[in-house]
Amino acid sequence: MFVVATAAVLITIALALTRAILGPTVFDRVLAGNTIGSLAILLLAVVGFLTGRPEFLDIGLTYGLLNLIGTLAVLKFFRHGDLAYDVEEEHKS
Amino acid sequence: MALLTLLAAVTVAIVRQRSLFGVVVLAGIYSFLMATLLIALDAVDVAMTEASVGAGISTVLLLATLHLTKTTEMSPINRNWLPLLVVLIVGAAVVWGTLSLPPFGVADSVVHQHVAPRYLAQSIVETGVPNVVTSVLADYRSYDTLGETTVIFTAGIGVLLLLRGLRRRDDIGGGGES
Repeated sequence: MFVVATAAVLITIALALTRAILGPTVFDRVLAGNTIGSLAILLLAVVGFLTGRPEFLDIGLTYGLLNLIGTLAVLKFFRHGDLAYDVEEEHKS
Repeated sequence: MALLTLLAAVTVAIVRQRSLFGVVVLAGIYSFLMATLLIALDAVDVAMTEASVGAGISTVLLLATLHLTKTTEMSPINRNWLPLLVVLIVGAAVVWGTLSLPPFGVADSVVHQHVAPRYLAQSIVETGVPNVVTSVLADYRSYDTLGETTVIFTAGIGVLLLLRGLRRRDDIGGGGES
């Protein structure tokens, strides 16, 4: 059962990767990157259970945090063109 | 193997991509796939470093760099085939070199006969650390680790000094304008 799940996750990663490579707009790529990050977590969990070591789940949680930070940074850059953007400064000016 | 194929596909896509923003996103994807591959190889600590540095920090750093430069790569002026030839020859030499290596994962190859058995057998008695990798890094090779830490610390100080100089110049410029 875990083998089938691993294969399914791998196929999904391949599909998301196709979108990331072909993606006409940047947002396709960002979304595909985020999806692949989440799928990597899934793959991690499934492989952990496949090899009988469910403690891989903790590492999956850390990956989730990193994925969030990366996507937030990309989107913030795209919205404001600057990573050190501050809401307070906009209100002042 | 499937992961390796995906990695190769991402690499080709990164090379062919002209929009540097897309390159940053694809590099993040590459890091996540690489980290998963390392976990499949049972190197959990390396995978953790790859995910945090490759997918987390370097994405942010590359984006900050993109803010300072243009976001599209110039198309090459002339196509020069000599570098490709050199790369192919060197790559073939490296692959040829791997043919004489012992098979992957064999426990009785020469590398694993020198000090590894002693580490595995004695690390609890000699260091009292339950994780063998940690005991090797922080005890048997502690001078090596100390050197690495010194290098990274020096680099961090250098970057902080550079950034501080930039900020001070900004302050002076802002004061002049107002």
